[in-house]
Amino acid sequence: MDKLLNDFSPGLFVVQTILLLLLIFIMVKFAWKPILNSLNEREEGIQGALDAAESAKREMENLQADNQKLLQEARLEREAMLKEAREMKAQMITDAETQAQAQANKMIEQAQLAIDNEKKTAMAELKNQVANLSVEIAEKVVRQELSNKDKQLELVESMLNETKLN
Amino acid sequence: MKIFQQSFKFLAIVSVLFFSTASFANSSSEGEGQISTKKEVEDYILHHIQDSHDFSLFSYTNEAGERKHVGFPLPVILWTSNGLTTFMSSEFHHNDDGHVIVEKNGLKFAKIHSKIYELDAAASQVSFDEDHHATNAHKVLDFSITKSVVGVLLIGLLMIFWFSGLARQYKNKQIPTGFGRVLEPLVIYVRDEIARPNIGDKHYRKFTGYLLTVFFFIWILNLLGLTPFGFNVTGQLAVTACLAIFTLVIYTASGNKDYWMHMLWMPDAPWWIRPVLAIIELAGAFIIKPFSLLVRLFANISAGHIVVMSLIAIMFTLKDSLGVAGATGLSFVLSFFITLIEVLVAFLQAYIFTMLSALFIGMAVAEHDHDHAHDEHGHEVPDAEDVRGDFI
Repeated sequence: MDKLLNDFSPGLFVVQTILLLLLIFIMVKFAWKPILNSLNEREEGIQGALDAAESAKREMENLQADNQKLLQEARLEREAMLKEAREMKAQMITDAETQAQAQANKMIEQAQLAIDNEKKTAMAELKNQVANLSVEIAEKVVRQELSNKDKQLELVESMLNETKLN
Repeated sequence: MKIFQQSFKFLAIVSVLFFSTASFANSSSEGEGQISTKKEVEDYILHHIQDSHDFSLFSYTNEAGERKHVGFPLPVILWTSNGLTTFMSSEFHHNDDGHVIVEKNGLKFAKIHSKIYELDAAASQVSFDEDHHATNAHKVLDFSITKSVVGVLLIGLLMIFWFSGLARQYKNKQIPTGFGRVLEPLVIYVRDEIARPNIGDKHYRKFTGYLLTVFFFIWILNLLGLTPFGFNVTGQLAVTACLAIFTLVIYTASGNKDYWMHMLWMPDAPWWIRPVLAIIELAGAFIIKPFSLLVRLFANISAGHIVVMSLIAIMFTLKDSLGVAGATGLSFVLSFFITLIEVLVAFLQAYIFTMLSALFIGMAVAEHDHDHAHDEHGHEVPDAEDVRGDFI
């Protein structure tokens, strides 16, 4: 202990104190402060960059999910459109068929009507003709009566029979 | 590739340093033809451990039998009874036992075991008692630029040069290049492994400057002590005491109310035990803590120097029993490995000193016990003080 105390140099202690104080002030001012500030800045910068990358990644994922959704939607829409078209086609075919049927029926009906009309007209004409024929026959009969009474009667008889048969 | 080359270069420098330390030390000791007995070796080692007033690299005896010293003198600055006195240390002619008297400023000075004594006015020669204490001379306040002061100045300038260079690099680029790339992780290490965990996120920034300065100061001076220049700065009690007192002043000045409260009037303790605790706490804060810092650093570094030098001395002390080659080989191998360990110790002591300083500061600024932060579940959020218990 005595030796240790003897070794202790108060002068060196004072000099060392002054030098250390100076060194601390110089180092803090010219080295540690700028170094620590730059390190902090850099670390914050790195953290910021990492955060930005993370958010960009998340955004990308969102975008991809959106794309997927859009794609899905488009696919569904296409399917729906195809289905609709198919239905429309079937509809059109049925429609056309019914329409054609109706048209045909109408035409048949019209034809029937026309035939009936024609028939009626023909009948009326026939009747006219028969009447005219009857008148002519009557004329001839009248003329023949003047010549041969029996024969005229016979003729009228036969003619009437004929018409009746008709 | 460039990094690889640089690290290779660094490795090469380090290994060259190792070898040169051992071999230079050996050859310089071998040159001391006069040191051969155990007593002389012991004296030589004890002399080396002390501070010295001149910067001597080695000495030898020339053919004429004259003792030659290679090195350069340093200024001696004394505060004497006649005021400031300065002269060069070469005036003592490397004498260290008080036989050379230097007359300056009307006073007589003698150097005994690296200490400068002022002779009493009547005396013309130093007389000693049987314990080899000077009887007619007294010590003077010695502000000399001693070898240790040279070491401190050298390392201070080196640190300013290196780290202000590193600071300048950040102005132009984000990542430093060259030697700055070696320094940067060390700075980050001290900040993140020593300052932040021990002081706490809230206050650490204020003290990081001091801790960084002290860490690099001690580490580089420890390493400088391993070079053949024979510096022993961190093995000087005055230097370690100064460092410890700086830490003491810092943690005493920055102690908060809690700190003083826990020291002087411990809460949660029976009232009659509080004064006893206060005495223990005061002794802990003002005596035990700084002493643990100053003695640990001083003792470790001094012991390292003594061990390395003793192992180098094997080549003289065991020369008779092992032969010249055997003793030299043994000395070389042992001192080489001890030097490797000393490189580790150099870092370790710087780390421990800085770490404990941070710990003491952390204790002084920690806010604890009464207003712990609570998380939303009502559990206490551990703060620096609580977590610190895991590390000690």
